[in-house]
Amino acid sequence: MPQVLKDNCVVNDDWITLEESSETLPSGDVLLSYDQWQGFSEQITRHDGSVGVIIDGNAEIEEIIEPLLKLPLIAINFPKFADGRGFSAARLLRERFNYTGEIRAVGGFIRDQLYLLSRCGFNAFKFADDTDLSESAKSLKDFSETYQVSVEQKNPLFRRR
Amino acid sequence: MYKYDNYDHKIVNERVEQFRDQTQRYLAGEIADEEFLPLRLQNGLYVQRLAPMLRIAVPYGMLSSRQVRKLAHISRVFDKGYVHITTRQNVQLNWPALEEVPDILAELAEVEMHAIQTSGNCIRNTTTDQFAGVAEDEIEDPRPWCELIRQWSTLHPEFAFLPRKFKIAVCGSTEDRAAFLLHDIGLQLVKNDNEELGFEVFVGGGLGRTPIIGSSIRKFLPKQHLLSYLDAIVRVYNRYGNRDNKYKARIKILVKAWTPEVFAQRVEAEWKHLKDGPSTLTNSEISRVKSFFPSPDYKDINGSESADKVAEIAADNIAFKRWLDRNTQPQKQSGYRSVTLSLKPAGVAPGDVTDKQLETIADLADRFSFGELRATHNQNIVLTDVIESDLMELWQQAKESALATPTIGTINDMICCPGGDYCSLANAKSIPVAEAIQRKFSDLDYVYDLGDLELNISGCMNACGHHHVGHIGILGVDKKGKEWYQIQLGGSASKNASLAKVLGPSLSRDQITDGIEKLLDVYVENRIADESFLSTYQRIGIEKFKERVYAPST
Repeated sequence: MPQVLKDNCVVNDDWITLEESSETLPSGDVLLSYDQWQGFSEQITRHDGSVGVIIDGNAEIEEIIEPLLKLPLIAINFPKFADGRGFSAARLLRERFNYTGEIRAVGGFIRDQLYLLSRCGFNAFKFADDTDLSESAKSLKDFSETYQVSVEQKNPLFRRR
Repeated sequence: MYKYDNYDHKIVNERVEQFRDQTQRYLAGEIADEEFLPLRLQNGLYVQRLAPMLRIAVPYGMLSSRQVRKLAHISRVFDKGYVHITTRQNVQLNWPALEEVPDILAELAEVEMHAIQTSGNCIRNTTTDQFAGVAEDEIEDPRPWCELIRQWSTLHPEFAFLPRKFKIAVCGSTEDRAAFLLHDIGLQLVKNDNEELGFEVFVGGGLGRTPIIGSSIRKFLPKQHLLSYLDAIVRVYNRYGNRDNKYKARIKILVKAWTPEVFAQRVEAEWKHLKDGPSTLTNSEISRVKSFFPSPDYKDINGSESADKVAEIAADNIAFKRWLDRNTQPQKQSGYRSVTLSLKPAGVAPGDVTDKQLETIADLADRFSFGELRATHNQNIVLTDVIESDLMELWQQAKESALATPTIGTINDMICCPGGDYCSLANAKSIPVAEAIQRKFSDLDYVYDLGDLELNISGCMNACGHHHVGHIGILGVDKKGKEWYQIQLGGSASKNASLAKVLGPSLSRDQITDGIEKLLDVYVENRIADESFLSTYQRIGIEKFKERVYAPST
């Protein structure tokens, strides 16, 4: 069973990521690209499992997000780790659209970004390669204090010191 | 100056440990080169032509004597006994070993220093006026605001992987000494009609391949909204800046493509969601940070009496008088002057300073300047708050350590990047050009007669030597593997910022000093009264200069 780092724990990952060419929805919990999610809209109404959607960090969040907010999982894809748009996307989901489901990082992000990603609202991390999840979890704790407002910390340090 | 509390110490110490772990994993082969690259860059570590280079942050240029002694120690133990002052008020080590960088960072943390975000595509060190707090034309001390920005930008969770590097400068005075119009964000402290403090916000300035002067996007931002407004600007940039082409990735390209008006609308729309949120600065936080920049314990001095006495001494000592005229300036506190210690003696790379000199500088700061000093973007050191009657003693001590070259603001006080001697990006060497110019124009009477003249040298179009804003700019270019130098004229980094124009075809290394001499001849022949080089150029245009430099030799 594939695994994912979620809420600081290594857990089994039940989500099936759908192949791009797939023409039918498999049963169970499925993770769809935004295009697939639109294409399968009919089947989704009869689907037996949960549905999650992968969006790109550069998505026009404000325009597409409304119907996605009821989903249990929104994954944000990093085309490469140096592409920081996903950080802003996650904060918008959490702070502007009050999304409380799972926000999962997928794609090319790396272990050393976990601390900052988690501060932006990501609570699950699915590496594209065989990165050791329990080792990586250490990076979530790189810092114990922070200056700024973030999803985890609603008050900047200057309001707490 | 700002002093760390337990929170600041904790964050910086945890950063040291994070980087130590990253370095160990990299050396163990657990982190790939391309992944370690941004991690080390975000801690100021480049891999250069000959060795790694470590850039140490000097927030808005302020240093204590204790920090300077630590830098001397580090340069001796971990490097070759000298450091380099950069054009963004930071300090660079040219020869550290990668394995030892975590130890260097740990030593820096002991004296409240770090290398966080001195490189990489993130928010860099905020810069300001080297005369902050003492300048006669100051509206408001910019340093507390720089410190607030430092804390806001340090390990900002959202903005560690921007499309490109991001630089902020704050100007607190009428004259601009921070080149703030040439930064990604330039903040001008202003007061509105009700005497309330705020900022005029400029975005999209910058040098590099596409030099652009920043555009005003907000005439007045009330001070308490500074951080949320910065969040809005950088978020818009993070989401919409170009990530496909690194030469089109700076915010200036986005601002130009959208127009400043549209960019401003996008920022305002984003800010509506953030305004009045928890990042809104509180009066108690503003007061807390301001309390770290108090006026020192000034003595009550009769300014005119003290000035007369110094002038009397200077009348009998031409060398002292030259230094007094060029390297010191009045400040708003009467009886005190600010002194610029020159790091530009001929034969030394501009901005380089040895461990021994650093220790002397620390001693001078303790003796004359309340234990504080400033690194300048012109790559010198400033000691403020020097009692006028101490100037002679200070000069004598500075002179012994080769820190009193009396050429501040002249052609020989050039800004110069490390160039092809060190930098792997450079197309040509810049340090030997600086030296050749200093040697050619060694006659001080001639140099003083030329007056204020900014000569800036960059070894490539990335423009670390700010050649676009030199009155005379020199840009190193590569032509079929040979070093050539393009001359540009008429740039200025002042409030009336202007970008220099290319004079004509580039010159070889052998031709460059003669070319500069011809430019100076045209200036001297054409100037009216005490007109500066820049004013003469602006009045007569580029043609006369061009004709002379490219005239066939007779």
